[in-house]
Amino acid sequence: MNDRQILDFEKPIAELEKKISDMKDFAAGANITLDSEITSLEEKVEKLRHEIFTGLTRWQKVQLARHPRRPYTLDYIQLMMTDFVEFHGDRYFADDKAVVGGFAKIDGRPIMVVGQQKGRDTKAKLFRNFGMMHPEGYRKALRLFKLAEKFNRPVVIMIDTPGAYPGIGAEERGQAEAIARNLREMAVLKVPIVIIIIGEGASGGALGIGVGDRVFMMQYSWYSVISPEGCAAILWRDAAHAPQAAEALKLTSEDLMELGVIDGIIPEPPGGAHNDHRAAALAAKNKIMETLGELEKLPTEQLLAERLEKFRKIGVYGE
Amino acid sequence: MDWFKKTKTGLSAQAKKDIPDGLWTKCPECSEVIYTKQLEARLWVCPECRYHFRITSGKYISFLLDDGRLEEYDANLVSKDPLRFKDSKKYPDRIRGAIEKSGLNDAVICGIGKIKGVEISFAIMDFSFIGGSMGSVVGEKIARAIERAIDRGIPLIIVSCSGGARMQESILSLMQMAKTSALLAKLAEKRLPYISVLTNPTTAGVMASYASLGDLIIAEPKALLGFAGPRVIQQTIGQDLPPGFQSSEFFKEKGFLDKIVERSELRDTLALLLEYTNHR
Repeated sequence: MNDRQILDFEKPIAELEKKISDMKDFAAGANITLDSEITSLEEKVEKLRHEIFTGLTRWQKVQLARHPRRPYTLDYIQLMMTDFVEFHGDRYFADDKAVVGGFAKIDGRPIMVVGQQKGRDTKAKLFRNFGMMHPEGYRKALRLFKLAEKFNRPVVIMIDTPGAYPGIGAEERGQAEAIARNLREMAVLKVPIVIIIIGEGASGGALGIGVGDRVFMMQYSWYSVISPEGCAAILWRDAAHAPQAAEALKLTSEDLMELGVIDGIIPEPPGGAHNDHRAAALAAKNKIMETLGELEKLPTEQLLAERLEKFRKIGVYGE
Repeated sequence: MDWFKKTKTGLSAQAKKDIPDGLWTKCPECSEVIYTKQLEARLWVCPECRYHFRITSGKYISFLLDDGRLEEYDANLVSKDPLRFKDSKKYPDRIRGAIEKSGLNDAVICGIGKIKGVEISFAIMDFSFIGGSMGSVVGEKIARAIERAIDRGIPLIIVSCSGGARMQESILSLMQMAKTSALLAKLAEKRLPYISVLTNPTTAGVMASYASLGDLIIAEPKALLGFAGPRVIQQTIGQDLPPGFQSSEFFKEKGFLDKIVERSELRDTLALLLEYTNHR
């Protein structure tokens, strides 16, 4: 793991952990026991981690959501599901690699899974366009949602995007229209839809695959009308004010729970999902299974009425 | 009935701000100096270059609807500050300033009106209120306008003019996109017509929700339309944008607009479209 993959506020923890692993190596090599020293250091790490993570600012949580080692959609699919068959293309223009999807099984139960996909290294980042979808991506997702409806499979969606792609081609092919259509069609799709924000949920780019029956957020993900940088560039006229914008936008999972916009927070393993992909995926999977169980009991009419009401009631105003 | 008192005051306050109150007005597009009374008579369209000046919601009501009348609903809805948002200004101060400047309570006016005798649920956005941005109030008023169309079984017309979702209400603003779009699905199920009219500018969160979902979508000439703002696109791709990019003409060419209609023909066009689509 290189230094770039450790965030500033993670460094004290990483240093202690390094010390522990050095000590273990030394003890093994010298054939002596340092068990009590190691245990005491391990306790110290836990305490330090707890201290740091309970005092995180919103901006630091944004950094965690963007952590270079954070699990992405395909990691979750691999860890939560079996028999994934990936489908490609929107049938009109192209296959958008910033979004992946297809049939899969979760505990043997067939579902449709769709999610935004980021790349891990530079080449993969470019291939995935940093998880920023074009109109053909939203149309690909809608095609898969309609397939799910046709074959009566519930939909599981993972959101992780810094925004819909702002480019010439995206505008030419109707980025706004593609997102708007998804909002309307997802509102009346006749199968259960469960959504998890696993990393970044930026703006219409996230919401464009984000209308459903239950919306959950991983503990250290964010979801907002605009990225902190975008907001800072407009309201502070300087993207460097992103930390202040992050505070003002109230974009963490706790914030959205308090605002009544999401249905629950999925706890991440100590230190964040990147420290233990398997544990993060298990927590997400448990939430999905529990939720599908609830939703599948509802008659379609009630499911759709409740979905509409869920979004209909969001908003704070005086009258 | 209370015919639309608030907007009348808004009208005069706004007229001072956006439109020079001199005897003569210079067209920002072609620099032609025009006799202001003539400009007014031509619905604020430059007689030389057809440039469409941005005008207030009140003016649209005056020439689009029968007798210039709208029976306004939900006029008393006002923004709150659920996030306690503060940038250079506190959000409540920004709202107060916008109310004083525009004479409006928020960025949309909704109600029931008639076009050539056909009763419609009508919503008109106003850019002079924080750039026509959509927060909880705009979302709720649009939602109610859609529901009013459904309840009464009448067509819906929304005239959009907006820079997008209102940042100061963050996620709540974003969710108004889902709220309004979901209700439009209900309207569509009832087979009631929805005509979306786009004016300069209609972008971002509004364009990526109800503005793009009309059965028919028409726009005024040379309006700036689109998802991302031109500055953001320019910064992202690091090159100049082609001329005319994201204009009404561009979007019509790309297949996302049914028609570009000059302001002077808007009322007649809407009346005809209502005749074709209002099948009941």
